[in-house]
Amino acid sequence: MIHQAILTLIWIVIKIVVILIPLILAVAYLTMAERKIIGYMQGRIGPNRVGWMGIMQPIVDALKLLLKEGIVPTKSSRYLFLIAPLVSFTAALVTWAIVPFQPGVVLANINAGVLFILAVTSLGVYGILIAGWASNSKYAIFGALRSAAQTISYEIAMGFALVGVLLAANTMNLSQIVLAQQGNIFHWFWLPLFPLFVVYWISGVAETNRAPFDVAEGESEIVAGFHIEYSGISFALFFLAEYASMILISALAVIFFLGGWLSPFAGIPVVEHWFAFVPGMIWFLLKMTIFLYLYLWMRATFPRYRYDQIMRLGWKVLIPVTLVWIVVVGLMVELHVKPWF
Amino acid sequence: MLGQYFPILVFIGIVLALGTLMLMANRLIAMKRPDPAKLSSYECGFDPFEDARMPFDVRFYLVAILFIIFDLETAFLFPWAVALRTIGMFGFCSMMLFLGLLVVGFIYEWKKGAIEWE
Amino acid sequence: MPDIRNYTLNFGPQHPAAHGVLRLILELDGEVIQRADPHVGLLHRATEKLAETKPYNQSIGYMDRLDYVSMMCNEHGYVLAIEKLLGITPPQRALYIRTLFDEITRILNHLLWLAGHAIDIGAMTVFLYCFREREDLMDCYEAVSGARMHATYYRPGGVYRDLPGKMPKHVNSRVRSRKEVVSLNAAREGSLLDFIEDFARRFPTLVDEYETLLTDNRIWKQRTVGIGVVSPERAKALSFTGPMLRGSGVEWDLRKKQPYAMYDRVDFDIPVGVNGDCYDRYLVRIEEMRQSNRIIKQCVEWLRKNPGPVILDDHKIAPPTRVEMKEDMEALIHHFKLFTEGYCLPEGEAYAAIEHPKGEFGVYLVSDGANKPYRLKIRPAGFAHLAALDEMCRGHMIADVVAILSSQDIVFGEIDR
Repeated sequence: MIHQAILTLIWIVIKIVVILIPLILAVAYLTMAERKIIGYMQGRIGPNRVGWMGIMQPIVDALKLLLKEGIVPTKSSRYLFLIAPLVSFTAALVTWAIVPFQPGVVLANINAGVLFILAVTSLGVYGILIAGWASNSKYAIFGALRSAAQTISYEIAMGFALVGVLLAANTMNLSQIVLAQQGNIFHWFWLPLFPLFVVYWISGVAETNRAPFDVAEGESEIVAGFHIEYSGISFALFFLAEYASMILISALAVIFFLGGWLSPFAGIPVVEHWFAFVPGMIWFLLKMTIFLYLYLWMRATFPRYRYDQIMRLGWKVLIPVTLVWIVVVGLMVELHVKPWF
Repeated sequence: MLGQYFPILVFIGIVLALGTLMLMANRLIAMKRPDPAKLSSYECGFDPFEDARMPFDVRFYLVAILFIIFDLETAFLFPWAVALRTIGMFGFCSMMLFLGLLVVGFIYEWKKGAIEWE
Repeated sequence: MPDIRNYTLNFGPQHPAAHGVLRLILELDGEVIQRADPHVGLLHRATEKLAETKPYNQSIGYMDRLDYVSMMCNEHGYVLAIEKLLGITPPQRALYIRTLFDEITRILNHLLWLAGHAIDIGAMTVFLYCFREREDLMDCYEAVSGARMHATYYRPGGVYRDLPGKMPKHVNSRVRSRKEVVSLNAAREGSLLDFIEDFARRFPTLVDEYETLLTDNRIWKQRTVGIGVVSPERAKALSFTGPMLRGSGVEWDLRKKQPYAMYDRVDFDIPVGVNGDCYDRYLVRIEEMRQSNRIIKQCVEWLRKNPGPVILDDHKIAPPTRVEMKEDMEALIHHFKLFTEGYCLPEGEAYAAIEHPKGEFGVYLVSDGANKPYRLKIRPAGFAHLAALDEMCRGHMIADVVAILSSQDIVFGEIDR
């Protein structure tokens, strides 16, 4: 019996490692991709010194941060200061436990998946708040306050957008949400829930504090915001957390609106067979990269919103839009609009 | 049923351990040469005027309170959304009533300027 | 209950948006600015005092370092004051070259301004696009003076030397492949004028590119429209000049109102704003770039047709050529005297002002008849603008301070001197 339990535990740990290592690598290379892609958009070439085409750059960056002095300011609250990045880091990674990559390929296939996501992603803001408070620096506190207000405002819009998804899918389990979108690209939820899809994406960008909503760390205003006092590896943890959340938001967007691992050509006579060999995981990753690219593209294109404008957008535009569309989706469900409901 | 959540617990443990390990490694191998200027808090190169922990804008509380109200709304909407197909038109209408009340409150907030920022 | 005080925040000098070394003390209520108190002097290098200790020509290089973004325009103001006291007029070709380079400098300055303004508001790409074009204009500086920034090209009596017949070229290196070098050198095959003409031909489409990213962008407009509004009356009362004044709707440009160099011979318009906010100032400067480009085209055309001397033939003021020096004893003595002792200015005083990219740049020169100025006073354009920061910022938010500050086009080299 105990034998059995230990074996199960080891099996779980192996699965976790299999998720974590590619994830951390993906985060590292997302930073690389960001620098390269934005570089090319801006007529530069990005990092190209370390290794072939700069391929070793993220590894070397991580090493550098590991070797840098971890400064803890005298006026800060020492323990909170050190705990904050851990909170952010954990919150950003733990959600991956329930992301289904392919049918059956998921660590914890829980029934309240959507609730879990909302719960954990809102924990991330604690890391930021604690960091800002513990630093005891004015810029840090500004960043933390801005970030907290922004995150909770957009969480409402995001929550409402997800209500629409639940209405359509009739389940909170992520795998079943994907299965509810069975069919080709036009059967996925992005079409009937288009306004919610847009709102979800905008609030996702805002939740991860990325451009054009990056006021929490808006360089030209409050220098680095909440992580201004952080250096070395504790800074790296915040950095990892931010990029892991970006990947997560992209993955969730794919699951909720773009049919997860489903092929976009399923059910279309000839084309279906051409792409039949592509495994679901590849479709999933491909769709994710679209969103990740969108993140970078937005960063290269848009100026930064002002803090109050972000709040206005969240409360006065996104929330009313979602409220209206929830009613519309509810009606569509009641009236069984084909082919989705 | 809770068995499904066990891997998540393990996951949290591993991630926490990983983070702590990184912090510890940083402690052990990174150089440490602190000096008063390095350890002072950043304020653009000058000594801070006063403590950073001062009373701040009341609007933040306002946003937080509004957030709680709306987040509760979402919490109500979630089970309704999943169960809509079983509770039918009656369930739909009652939620519409509820949402209607919510919207009235929302309009009131809007008109009162609770979500204005300047 | 403790009474609620305002939050006091140091903004700068070590801040990415402080434009050099501005120390701004902000008093905040939440995020709203109650008072903005700019502190200057961190870049004070005593330019005016230093100028009193050396012959006139040796201070030209200091002028470059005042507003280190529009180098030749500073030189122009200083040289103009000396010429006024000496009572000399440079040859026409020199005046056209000055006009040409004043406008190149204006574009250089406005590009840097746009780059900084954009990145302060968060538009990162425009920043790098602007630097791409600045590179070409820096090459023009390099071609005429050998230096990419601090040119010391304008001299009393003209400009140091004529426009070169060929451009410096890129060479192969570890960071540039041969193909890249060939494409970079394509425009550099001919003379400097060919290069400038090529640039002037390309430039309008490049400005369109920046405008595509910003002018109609909703976020950009939200961040700049109605921010830092200055009424025309207040603008005049605060002694604003240049684009700051024109952004507020006052049509005032020294190039039109008291023409110097060849500005009365070239054709250009003065853009004027309507509301006096950051957005109007942005539009004014964008249009000024287009107008400068127009002037550059006209100057290039004239300079192609009319070769001639570019500096006076008076060796008491302008040095003899190197060739002369090798053969002529007198030229050698002139050269030696000019570069050690310099020349004396008649007793008196003169004020010369030019339309610097940032506003009116004035040089007030008092001479007691010696070979050094008795007193040199510089009127920097940005100083008056910075002084109005408090008034412009009140009631706005922190993010707006950044937008307003960068819309003022502040460079600390000239403000602190």
